[in-house]
Amino acid sequence: MNSTEKYIIRTSNLSIGYTSKNETTTIASNLNIQLKAGNMVGLLGKNGIGKSTLLRTLTKVQPALSGDIFIDENNINKVGNNQLAKTLSLVLTERLPDSSLTVFELVALGRQPFTNWIGYLTTNDLEIIQLAFEKTNTKHLMQSKCYELSDGQLQKVLIARALAQNTPIIVLDEPTAHLDLHHTVNTFSLLKNLAKEFNKTIIISTHETNLTLQLADELWLMTPQNFICGKTNDLIENNNLEQLFDSDLIKFNKSLKQFTIKHS
Amino acid sequence: MIPTEKSYRNTFILLLFVLVIIFLVNISLGSVYIPLKGIFSSLINGEVEKESWRAIVYNYRLPKAITAIIVGSGLSISGLLMQTLFRNPLAGPFVLGISSGASLGVAILILGASFLGASISSFSFSNFGLAIAASLGAFLVLSAVMIAAIKVRNTMSILIIGLMFGSLTSAVISILAYFSSASQLQQFMFWSFGSLGNLSWSEIFALSVTFIIGISLVVFIIKPLNSLLLGENYAKSMGVNVKSTRNIVLIATSLLTGVITAFSGPIAFIGLAVPHLTKLLFSTSNHKILLPAVAISGAIIMLICDSIAQLPTSEFTLPINAITSLFGAPIIIWLLVRKRKIYY
Repeated sequence: MNSTEKYIIRTSNLSIGYTSKNETTTIASNLNIQLKAGNMVGLLGKNGIGKSTLLRTLTKVQPALSGDIFIDENNINKVGNNQLAKTLSLVLTERLPDSSLTVFELVALGRQPFTNWIGYLTTNDLEIIQLAFEKTNTKHLMQSKCYELSDGQLQKVLIARALAQNTPIIVLDEPTAHLDLHHTVNTFSLLKNLAKEFNKTIIISTHETNLTLQLADELWLMTPQNFICGKTNDLIENNNLEQLFDSDLIKFNKSLKQFTIKHS
Repeated sequence: MIPTEKSYRNTFILLLFVLVIIFLVNISLGSVYIPLKGIFSSLINGEVEKESWRAIVYNYRLPKAITAIIVGSGLSISGLLMQTLFRNPLAGPFVLGISSGASLGVAILILGASFLGASISSFSFSNFGLAIAASLGAFLVLSAVMIAAIKVRNTMSILIIGLMFGSLTSAVISILAYFSSASQLQQFMFWSFGSLGNLSWSEIFALSVTFIIGISLVVFIIKPLNSLLLGENYAKSMGVNVKSTRNIVLIATSLLTGVITAFSGPIAFIGLAVPHLTKLLFSTSNHKILLPAVAISGAIIMLICDSIAQLPTSEFTLPINAITSLFGAPIIIWLLVRKRKIYY
């Protein structure tokens, strides 16, 4: 490893899982991630393999079992909550609690790490919010209440909120889970653009495997045996994708770069 | 130009105007008729026709009106805080057992005096003694509910746990009541009917100080409360210290509810309903708007209830606790049926 290289996210011997009173459940261990800024990463794996746990650990929502996480070469445990919020923003799968927040208010909440104690929005804040609306094509929704939005619109607005937080890293947990193909493709290309245009690091856990293979710069594969990360094309070349679903029904087609159903 | 937050200035001016009117109406009503002119001159310390009018306004009606404002605002704000923290429209000082906790504190003091021995009872019956006991009771029950809330994630379960604590405390109160003397029981019953009157100026001072402390705490968590509208995980990701926000809500609510309940008795309905009424009126979830709006609306509604409770032109005063529910519950039902869904 070249010591002058800077990684936006780096982990060393990271173990993730849960601890309860009596036992420790390790979900994955020995994770060594090295990620450079400006990449779009697709996190792939079967249901229940621990994708959310990995994202929750990387974003300090839950503690690591062992090992270290460095964000921008700072140990995540030594970074304060507010400082972390300026580096890393989230888009979660969980449904928003009912409220009568307007779309504008929701997106403006993204400025919270930067505003004063009462949350006053400066002209600079307003400009960044404006830009977030433009990038996500949601300006016309600004005055709507959040509960009036369709799933597709809400997802875009939540991405706009993360954009308003204006962090170098955006982590998305299954952002297209409730969306149709049209909105899914839309969301993915929006994220791809953000990575390219603004040098943002986008980490996205998803089940849209075929789409991810086309758009992601890097892949993190979580298989029952191990954790593999690398450039998308390298992993395709090395047949790593075969291990993703150890199923008799699905097989990876290298030339098509996608999974197909195995014909018996 | 990007629209920022919608301006609610006119609504606020209207609300404040209504508050002043209701305040004057409230002071004019009572068993003794005093013309509006007499009220005004008593308030500004001018010439009054009868010296007794000044005494009535100063020693009885004005303290009661001020108490009504503080009680209404304080309980409504507590309700709003609970509803945001638990992300549940059913949350409120009553449902979560906080009022029951305050009742338990008072019950132990008044009814349990015989168990604890006469030495305590000799000083305990002052309103200040009640205030301390009620606050401790409220804080205890709210802490228990919060500890449960940390272990149990499901907000529905938390509400049920709150209700269970409520019935637990009621059970303890029943047992205490069973073994108490008639006079103790009567004192406790009168306290539990709720009353805004009978507070001395020094007690109102204590109530106001608590109210101001409680409100000041809340002002500092307006920003985190707004991010909690997106749920705890989002709030955390925006740099909010969820734990300390939770603790401030815990302290502010038990302080406000506890002390208010101590001085005025357990007043139902206000804490749960006023936030809903205000949210319907303002159609916003932004706490920067909601907090002052809820505070003013709470004061207005409490003053109205108190005006009704005095049964104008009669010598009787109904228990305030009955009035708040009697007139408030139908309003909420009507609003819900009309608007279908409350977004909190």
